[in-house]
Amino acid sequence: MLIHALRRIGRFGFEMLSSMGRALRLLSSALIRRPDHRNIPLIIGQIYQLGVLSILIIVCSGFAIGAVLALQGYTQLVRVGSESALGLGVALVLVMEIGPVVSALLFAGRAGSAVTAEIGLMKATEQLASMEMIGVDPISRIIAPRFWGGFIVLPLLALMFSVVGIWAGSLVAVDWLGVYSGSFWSVMEQGVDFFDHVMKGIIKSIVFGFVVIWISLYQGYDSLPTSEGLSKATTNTVVFSSVWILVLDFFLTLMMFEL
Amino acid sequence: MTRNSIVFDNVSYNFGKKEIFKNLSFEVPAGQTVGIMGPSGTGKTTLLRLMGGQIQPDNGTILVEGKDINKIKRAELFELRKCLGMLFQSGALFSDLTVFENVAFPLKEHTRLNGEMIRYLVLIKLNSVGLRGAAHLFPRELSGGMQRRVALARAMALDPKLIMYDEPFTGLDPIALGVISNLIKDVGSVYECTNVIVSHDIEETARISNLLYVLSEGEIIGQGSPQDLKKDDSPRLKQFLNGLPDGPVPFHYPAPEYLDSLIGVKNTKRTIIKRDD
Repeated sequence: MLIHALRRIGRFGFEMLSSMGRALRLLSSALIRRPDHRNIPLIIGQIYQLGVLSILIIVCSGFAIGAVLALQGYTQLVRVGSESALGLGVALVLVMEIGPVVSALLFAGRAGSAVTAEIGLMKATEQLASMEMIGVDPISRIIAPRFWGGFIVLPLLALMFSVVGIWAGSLVAVDWLGVYSGSFWSVMEQGVDFFDHVMKGIIKSIVFGFVVIWISLYQGYDSLPTSEGLSKATTNTVVFSSVWILVLDFFLTLMMFEL
Repeated sequence: MTRNSIVFDNVSYNFGKKEIFKNLSFEVPAGQTVGIMGPSGTGKTTLLRLMGGQIQPDNGTILVEGKDINKIKRAELFELRKCLGMLFQSGALFSDLTVFENVAFPLKEHTRLNGEMIRYLVLIKLNSVGLRGAAHLFPRELSGGMQRRVALARAMALDPKLIMYDEPFTGLDPIALGVISNLIKDVGSVYECTNVIVSHDIEETARISNLLYVLSEGEIIGQGSPQDLKKDDSPRLKQFLNGLPDGPVPFHYPAPEYLDSLIGVKNTKRTIIKRDD
């Protein structure tokens, strides 16, 4: 019984290590290669697929979360007469925390799972194999443009999320709840520093973008060429990406506050 | 001296614990049409994947156009593949590209031809498989047989030195079958291209091949011209060529005794159906 359990743990550990090795190999082959100008239109295409087509969900979510933050913040701050600090609170929470994290989670659910499904299906239908046999490297043609596309768009989506969230917060606080517009914006302007706050959020979203698109590509490329394999791969993309985003968020926050 | 396009020298390949090939050796002479036949599950598609360098053998050497396909660098392998063509069993067309774009893909990637020249070449290739009129359609709008014809046009797009066909006659109607088999034969004779055809279709493959290999259980059980094979008295070869169910070539995948499976003999790892008692 014990030996059986140990064997299973050993096998799990070995499979995990082997999977990490394959993921690192895929990443290094996608990154370490001679730049090819023919990839630029492909990267632009991926920026459209992964970024532009995610704008709607990012804008809607950013608006809803910004509005809720303003509402929640107002109900607490008005008790101590500090509702003028509402703009600062909403901006800091969005720019440093909620913006990068929620946009990365949404990106994993919309774009990451789509990338995994697309590559997994290309593998299952032998499109990747046929591309190899035509003499075109699928790592260069399929994987690398998606990697760069995803890596570039997530920080931009996170910024967009924060901007829309702050705007929604101002609509709720200033136009609806009657917080003085001057104090809402001026306290925010004085309290939010580009390098101390905005940059930290951008760094977070760069790291999240790297991790989410890497997981998405690897899960698709390494998926079993069956319907069950594809389903498992897309689920893994969303689950692993979400867990890694939250874990990394903790460590990045820890590092940035220099505790 | 005859030049060989492909040389297999003592190649062994295992899939998991199953031995697919053991010390397999054979040659494909350049400019010839070579048919590789054998029962299902004998590893014919695996053989093509080994030839294309998509998988590596456990032992042995595979030379393709004089190069050891498992020892050359990845960049060299992709360079070599520019002069190879492969027709996949499933067609493996790019689903997001139209028929025209699928056939144009290798030309756009590997040549510096202008758009008008590429258009001419694509239409010529599509016309040869009877699908010029379907150039604007997507693969999902075609039948399986038509998809395979487009894939054939794509495999021939760069006029490669060596074309590998995985079951090229499957899913074709009799007219398409005749046209495609003649096309494969003509490509071989006119362009001095080497054709390697993996197929179950004994009659059609024998008709257009100069040399045939018959595979069974990981080894070659017969080789020679179609006429030579017909004269061969080997029981395994005769069974395959005449389509007989009983003989030395097994029809069944390895399994325990049929009766044991039905009544559910205990302590048999391979028991498939267990009795409900």
